[in-house]
Amino acid sequence: MPVGPFGIDPLIWAPLRLVIAVGLALFLVLNGALLQIYLERKIQAIIQDRLGPYHVGPFGLLQTFADALKLISKEDVRAQATDGWFFVAAPALVFCPMLASWVVLPFAQDIVGANLNVGLLYLTTLGSMTVLGIVIAGWASNNKYALVGGLRSAGQLISYEIPQILALVSVALVVGSLSMIDITRSQAGPLVNVLILPFSFVIYFIAALAETNRTPFDLPEAESELVAGWLTEYSGMRWGTMLALSEYGNVTVVCAIVTTLWFGGWQGPGVEAIPLLGVLWFTLKVYAFIVVMMWIRATLPRLRIDQLMSFCWKGLIPMALLNIVVVAVLALAFPTTKVPIAVASWLLLVVFVAGIPFVQRRRLRTLRARARAATAPAVRAAS
Amino acid sequence: MPDYSLSYVYVFAFFVVGAIFVTVLLTLARLVAPRKATKEKLRTYESGEEPIGQAWGRYPTHFYVFALLFVVFDVEVIFLFPWAVLFRALGVTGLIEVIVFIAILVVGLYYAWKKDALNWY
Repeated sequence: MPVGPFGIDPLIWAPLRLVIAVGLALFLVLNGALLQIYLERKIQAIIQDRLGPYHVGPFGLLQTFADALKLISKEDVRAQATDGWFFVAAPALVFCPMLASWVVLPFAQDIVGANLNVGLLYLTTLGSMTVLGIVIAGWASNNKYALVGGLRSAGQLISYEIPQILALVSVALVVGSLSMIDITRSQAGPLVNVLILPFSFVIYFIAALAETNRTPFDLPEAESELVAGWLTEYSGMRWGTMLALSEYGNVTVVCAIVTTLWFGGWQGPGVEAIPLLGVLWFTLKVYAFIVVMMWIRATLPRLRIDQLMSFCWKGLIPMALLNIVVVAVLALAFPTTKVPIAVASWLLLVVFVAGIPFVQRRRLRTLRARARAATAPAVRAAS
Repeated sequence: MPDYSLSYVYVFAFFVVGAIFVTVLLTLARLVAPRKATKEKLRTYESGEEPIGQAWGRYPTHFYVFALLFVVFDVEVIFLFPWAVLFRALGVTGLIEVIVFIAILVVGLYYAWKKDALNWY
């Protein structure tokens, strides 16, 4: 009789594993949302020299829990003019792809829902499905703020998806596999991918901020101009499912992808001896990136929509394409060593970061010249 | 290998559980939450003003331009993924083909750039 892992019959193990995987993913999404909302409020408070939540429970830890209970018991208003079916379906359409992304995220050596051999492609596919839910939510609300928010969101998400996926291709080039497990395994030891491909990491991280509607790219929810963007008509638990669960879930998924692809996933000291230690390393790395995202939110102002779009199409996409070509040529020219790729990638990163101020200054100069040319005749006529 | 198709059972199960979870959550909220609908409450929110017309009207064509560009580039990426995996087996021929492929798209991007299609008004 064949014996599966932990000495359990494989026939029982297969469905049992499925139940464990789904349950664990749901548990982590719910707790992740609770924890991240608390963390976000507390970190923002510390950065802005406030106290943040402190009243409910020790250090305000139960604040989010109380908020969740409040959301469930809140009146669920659906305005008369909304499109019934789509309005109701949108929360599920945003939530399901996010939950399904957890299938391929490896927490530790054997703790993974399913080792898909197209893992990366699968993740990008689910990433694009979120857009669908957001556009449907914006359209079904039949509210002008929601519609503009939804359309902006569509424009932003589909644009930033391209540099995001192009950055993933360069990792697949170096590793030679799309399976999340193989990618993690290839980074055993201290030589993680971020040292070899820092440029694609930076591109991915910027695009990921936009994909998850985080500051400085949170235009779909720009409260100073669009009330609450595509969420304007939602209230109660529908709002809770969309924003609290799905948005924070997506942030976690994106940070988990960054961790797996560029920072060695569950690899860390002591993993060989105790495989369960991988879960700890993975979680720590993921939360480090989540905290960085919150730090960015407290630091940077929001971009304008035209700046956002031109930064993607004129900055990130050409650079991401260049990155792929450079990595591919160097990987083929030097099949035994990764040093040339690393050198080229660091160089590209330096050029990119140092180039932004130059481009900005040139653009500012042309804009000033144009403004001067436009006002000059009027000024002359007045004097 | 049965394990391979089993993976997609997992994917399917995650979708089903997600849908069930949202349904249960919203049903729970429906059972617990009060429902006192008034005419004012059910009106579309427009910053306190009387809403004028519907939101389902015409919207700017920029969205279509960006959507078209997105489709082009997304299809490109679908082609790049298999190449990236089999990159070493395909060798120089594959590399040159992909560079030509990317170059054609870059020309398209340049055209769109010069045509002012990448500016958002």
